[in-house]
Amino acid sequence: MAGWCGMAKRHASRADRIGLRAAMADRLLPFMVAAMSFLAALALAGSIAAGALASHWLSGAQGLMTVEVPTPTQPVAANGPLRQDAVLTLLQATRGLSDAHLLSGAELAALLKPWLGAAAADGTLPIALPAVIVVKADAQAPDAAVLGPKLASVAPGTIVDSGARWADRLAALTTSLRASAAAVLVIVALVAASVVAVAVRAGLSQRREAIEIIHGLGALDSDIANQFALRAMRLAATGGLLGGVVALPVLAWLALLSSSFVASAPAERPDLVTALPPLLWGVPVMFTLATALIGWLAAQVTVRGWLKRLA
Amino acid sequence: MIRFTHVGLTYHRAGAAGGDAVALDDIDFDIPDGGFRWLTGPSGAGKTSLLKLMYLAARPSSGRIDLLNTDTLRLDRRGTALLRRRIGVVYQDFRLLRHLSAYDNVALPLRLARRKEVQVRADVTELLRWVGLAGRLDHRPEELSGGEQQRVAIARAVITRPSLLLADEPTGNLDDDQAERLMHLIRSLNRMGTTIIVATHNMGLVARHPAPVLELVDGRLVRHG
Repeated sequence: MAGWCGMAKRHASRADRIGLRAAMADRLLPFMVAAMSFLAALALAGSIAAGALASHWLSGAQGLMTVEVPTPTQPVAANGPLRQDAVLTLLQATRGLSDAHLLSGAELAALLKPWLGAAAADGTLPIALPAVIVVKADAQAPDAAVLGPKLASVAPGTIVDSGARWADRLAALTTSLRASAAAVLVIVALVAASVVAVAVRAGLSQRREAIEIIHGLGALDSDIANQFALRAMRLAATGGLLGGVVALPVLAWLALLSSSFVASAPAERPDLVTALPPLLWGVPVMFTLATALIGWLAAQVTVRGWLKRLA
Repeated sequence: MIRFTHVGLTYHRAGAAGGDAVALDDIDFDIPDGGFRWLTGPSGAGKTSLLKLMYLAARPSSGRIDLLNTDTLRLDRRGTALLRRRIGVVYQDFRLLRHLSAYDNVALPLRLARRKEVQVRADVTELLRWVGLAGRLDHRPEELSGGEQQRVAIARAVITRPSLLLADEPTGNLDDDQAERLMHLIRSLNRMGTTIIVATHNMGLVARHPAPVLELVDGRLVRHG
């Protein structure tokens, strides 16, 4: 019995029925795929972060309108209300607009100070400043192109600036960032496939004689390709898992850094664990599966192409 | 049935010399199922090239080859591989897998055919015992003598009881006793219906086991019968 067991161990395993299990060098491949996975994780995180930031900024830009009323303290007519009050009243009566807020002199000065300096604060500017009204707009609010002439009819010269123009630019920026991230992911996947293909070709060269013999004994192309593909799949998946696990703390740190751009109050800021978006916690699993698939496919294509040279 | 119909084989020479080398020219013969043929001729006559065509390691430059009632020119890759499984080959240089034991080398054709491991173990152990290698199952080719390697090669060629057995100088590294045991095995297979072609220089062996001869000279078949 002991002899029988010993014999079974000394012979090829079930998974290696045609003796090609050790046909691929396995020292470098997992590390190279791990490096690719790490880069892919950064690209994926960049894409997600760009989306989150854009979404946050868009919600702010899209929800506010700014109204400028020149010569605000003049009456709209003899014994009529002030121009700024007339505009404010009209804004408060408009459907879809709410929380209209006339900026105080101090608020206005604080806004202008970075550009105009102390003169903005002490009221010594040589020009008359317009009144600025900030109002929240929801989906039912009229477009700036419609609201502007309506307000101008009450107080000529009034300008409405909506966040839509900025929203369009932010959306375009987000789209281009995501497209760049997707391109990086595709390139990284292609490089990983190339790395696997090179390793497989080295293995084929190393075992050329053995493969020719097995081929001559009647092995199907799939018999040989599957042996290499299984090996490549395991090695690539190991690299994918390694790269994904190593990337996690880096991603969490980057997410923590970027959280200050999203959170409006210090109390809302997450810690290292909660900063990472839920999708990115799945990076090790996702990358293990993706690299396994890449390894399998790259090996299958490489081996089957190589075998075609045999009769 | 094996049928060669006006078969030619030409190798393209690489290098500065270039040109073509005719290995076989207008080969034409039939061997019925269950037949036995010696394949003889001087070195360089084309014996190995003829065997290569038979074990589908080369394609003819001209003519048609039917093996085991199959037109080989019509076979796709899968069909070619499956036909190869019905052909056992004993190569002159043994062609054993150096990284596998004698047991695993002999087991290869059965494993390619998806035989159950229990069956593989029984058949391989029995055959290696029969060729006198019961105590050498776990030895790799480099640990075996030339004669032992040849016996492993023979065991691998016959383990599936092939429909066609091709042997290139199978007794070259065997002593007389082992050579006779091998011929006994080959004759037994032949009696069970396997078609057999043995290439040899050993005319004494041919004389001791009379059978029709295919004789090649300079790539042409000069005798069949």
